[in-house]
Amino acid sequence: MKTFLLPEFTIERRDERCIRCRVCERQCSQEGHYYDEELDTMFHREEVCVGCQRCVVFCPTNALVVRPHPSEYRPNANWTREKLQDLKKQAETGGVILTGSGNDKPYRIYWDHLVLNASQVTNPSIDPLREPMELRTFLGRKPDMLDIEISDEDVEIKSDLYPNLMIETPIVFSAMSYGAISYTAFKSLAMAAKEFGTLFNTGEGGLPKDMREKYGSNAIVQVASGRFGVDPEYLNVSAAVEIKIGQGAKPGIGGHLPGEKVSVNISETRMIPEGTDALSPAPQHDIYSIEDLSMLIYALKEATNYEKPVSVKIAAVHNVAAIASGIVRAGADIVAIDGLRGGTGAAPKIIRDNVGIPIELALAAVDKRLRDEGIRNKCSILIAGGIRCSGDVIKAIALGADAVYIGSPALIAMGCTLCQKCYTGKCAWGICTQDPYLTKRLNPEIASRRLVNLLRGWSHEIKEMLGGMGINAIESLRGNRDHLRGVGLEEWELNVLGVKGAGE
Amino acid sequence: MRFNIRHESERFLPEKDIQACGLFGVMNIKGERFGGERAIKAIVNMKARGNGLGGGYAVYGLYPEYRDYYALHIMYQNKNLEAKKEVDRFLSNNFDIVYDEEVPTNPEADVMYPPLVWRYFVSPKKRGESKRLSDDDYVVAKVMHINTSIDDAYVFSSGKDMGVFKGVGFPEDVADFFMLDELYKGYLWTVHSRFPTNTPGWWGGAHPFSILDWTVVHNGEISSYGTNRRFLEMHGYFCTLFTDTEVMAYAVDLLMRRQGLPIEVVSKIFAAPMWDIIDYMDEKKRKLYSTLRMVYSPLLINGPFTVIVAHHGEMFGITDRIRLRPITAGAKGDFVFLSSEESAIRAVSPKLDLVWTPRGGEPVVVRLNKKDHLISLKESI
Repeated sequence: MKTFLLPEFTIERRDERCIRCRVCERQCSQEGHYYDEELDTMFHREEVCVGCQRCVVFCPTNALVVRPHPSEYRPNANWTREKLQDLKKQAETGGVILTGSGNDKPYRIYWDHLVLNASQVTNPSIDPLREPMELRTFLGRKPDMLDIEISDEDVEIKSDLYPNLMIETPIVFSAMSYGAISYTAFKSLAMAAKEFGTLFNTGEGGLPKDMREKYGSNAIVQVASGRFGVDPEYLNVSAAVEIKIGQGAKPGIGGHLPGEKVSVNISETRMIPEGTDALSPAPQHDIYSIEDLSMLIYALKEATNYEKPVSVKIAAVHNVAAIASGIVRAGADIVAIDGLRGGTGAAPKIIRDNVGIPIELALAAVDKRLRDEGIRNKCSILIAGGIRCSGDVIKAIALGADAVYIGSPALIAMGCTLCQKCYTGKCAWGICTQDPYLTKRLNPEIASRRLVNLLRGWSHEIKEMLGGMGINAIESLRGNRDHLRGVGLEEWELNVLGVKGAGE
Repeated sequence: MRFNIRHESERFLPEKDIQACGLFGVMNIKGERFGGERAIKAIVNMKARGNGLGGGYAVYGLYPEYRDYYALHIMYQNKNLEAKKEVDRFLSNNFDIVYDEEVPTNPEADVMYPPLVWRYFVSPKKRGESKRLSDDDYVVAKVMHINTSIDDAYVFSSGKDMGVFKGVGFPEDVADFFMLDELYKGYLWTVHSRFPTNTPGWWGGAHPFSILDWTVVHNGEISSYGTNRRFLEMHGYFCTLFTDTEVMAYAVDLLMRRQGLPIEVVSKIFAAPMWDIIDYMDEKKRKLYSTLRMVYSPLLINGPFTVIVAHHGEMFGITDRIRLRPITAGAKGDFVFLSSEESAIRAVSPKLDLVWTPRGGEPVVVRLNKKDHLISLKESI
């Protein structure tokens, strides 16, 4: 069938600069560039271009420009180009439109409507380059009170303590499975987490055997609806276990790793036959209610001898506060909430763009609910989906998060440009692909250095902002909404966020 | 304090009080009672630390003749006698009132809008449900009822054999108003001079803040206020005065009175050692301090503060962990002093045996018949 789609991107080649080195041809995983020897000229097919900018970055003479295709339909505020193109695509295929990365629609980004406080006169600001500034964070259940026995000089803790995770910055790498991303990308995350003293999350694709000993203690291992790669060793080498109920990019639906991506290594790690589709059902079929969740939480605690915190990850949906409260009462040590803008390797576009609620509102509601019920200390809150910079991180903490998950920022640090074609398995940056020709582009030594740099840079910035507020330990900002003010928000939004308007 | 006020949204919480202040405390560790001259003279010496919008005193060993009874100091704003009638009714329903009288005042004193201040010596008359409460918790509940439910009535203090005198004015004027130098003796005095930056003073808002025999005088702005407040709310303390000091007072009540932790441990919660220090402690200490920081991280008091907390037999002073606000300790014979400035101590006791500046987060603990304050001398700067 003749396609009626307009190309998404246009490729402009400044021929006077082109030296025919054919780098673009080799770098493009979509076969967008080709060379004609007879004419000694480079040509391109712009209809396959996804705008990932790989060729642009690698062109040694800056001869290439890739930008959105200028051809346009008659302007129409209702029928946008995207709506028309999607519709045509479906008319040609009869399928569900897939996409990758996070929701790109202009829902209100609350981070951009919150501003932070700083000290003036009555309270000195603190310079983190001269004074200690502490970001160390503990994730897990805390007792209501400590039972301490004192005899003369000696002080002893009598209470039973719950396992907690210690991280050196309140930033954790979000769940991205081996299978969805390449082994090199997966390993880069693990290496960076270990070096910086934080955690990465295995996602639902298991933890490769060769990584268990070295990186297990920095891994949050997921138990998802497909139960891929779950064995006793997997649970016990980990730092913590996470039950994945939902994902912000696709609340209410499962996952699908196509058989073509299930190579020998992935089949071993996931414990499924090579070349078979890895299907994660929408619900966990042993969890149809909160009491079922509690049973799985305690089954996992039993399996790990009560030495690991158990996290439960849900997508931010309408009644997230009540659900989170149930999760804490079911015995979870960490509640992870993934918001509307959370990323994905593959999701139906219609779900990604229309289901769930913004993480800022979900976080504020959950934190308030848990406090009102007097159980906030019984769990830590980890949030995901929509963090873009250290400013977002610190605002999340002031709203009540214990730490944040970052997925997209980590991928972007490694090279990702959010072209949203993760589901094609042809990532030219070697991140979201299993093609060895592409994955070897990503050197874990270098990629992990980029990730560590990211964590270091953000941590420095967080320290600067904390110091400005006259605070020298991150825990004193946690849930401290007094340090936030809203700008350009409706009254109901301020109420839900529990934040005064600027000047109030 | 411990009553239930849920806000629909935290957006509607009133603005917090911000202030800077001068503090002074003096204790005779042999328990001998002395008059108010030292406290008054010392705070006058630090006049620049206040702006005349609040001063107050806490005195221990104040009413030895009534030492078995809770001494309630209650103020009636605008001398509202209707409020007094209501309080009198409430008190006689819930307590046996052994004796009550107006707190004598000097009408010539230079203070603004003085209220009527009355003192009652009472013992709990518990009935029904409330029989399960301890006497202390019973008194706390009744005090909170008066403070929140009866307009124009406010309880200055509610401990036994102690009392708080406070008001709007410079501390020496407040002392003049209550004639503290003539009428009273105690073995422990703390005093506060207030410099609020954003609220006009009201008599109840001056320091010391007190519940039972606990008093807190405080200098500072707590940057962690929001975090501290929300944690205390989970434990049933609802902040109604919106001052940093209130948070300190409730945290002290929670950790020390209800949980029975000693000052030495509590001070390591308020002003926790840095991780860089904890990481190099021996195994046992590392575990203790890590656990304290982990469990009580919401009670880390961040930002500049100095606080002097007192109750019977004990007084302690502490600054924030990076010492952004000053405190100095001194000793002469049986007298131990804590002060914002050394000059104030010298003003009342020029020849000191010892004077030292404790390190940030290092408490100076002064106890009756003990030399515990010398422990901090070893840690001084």
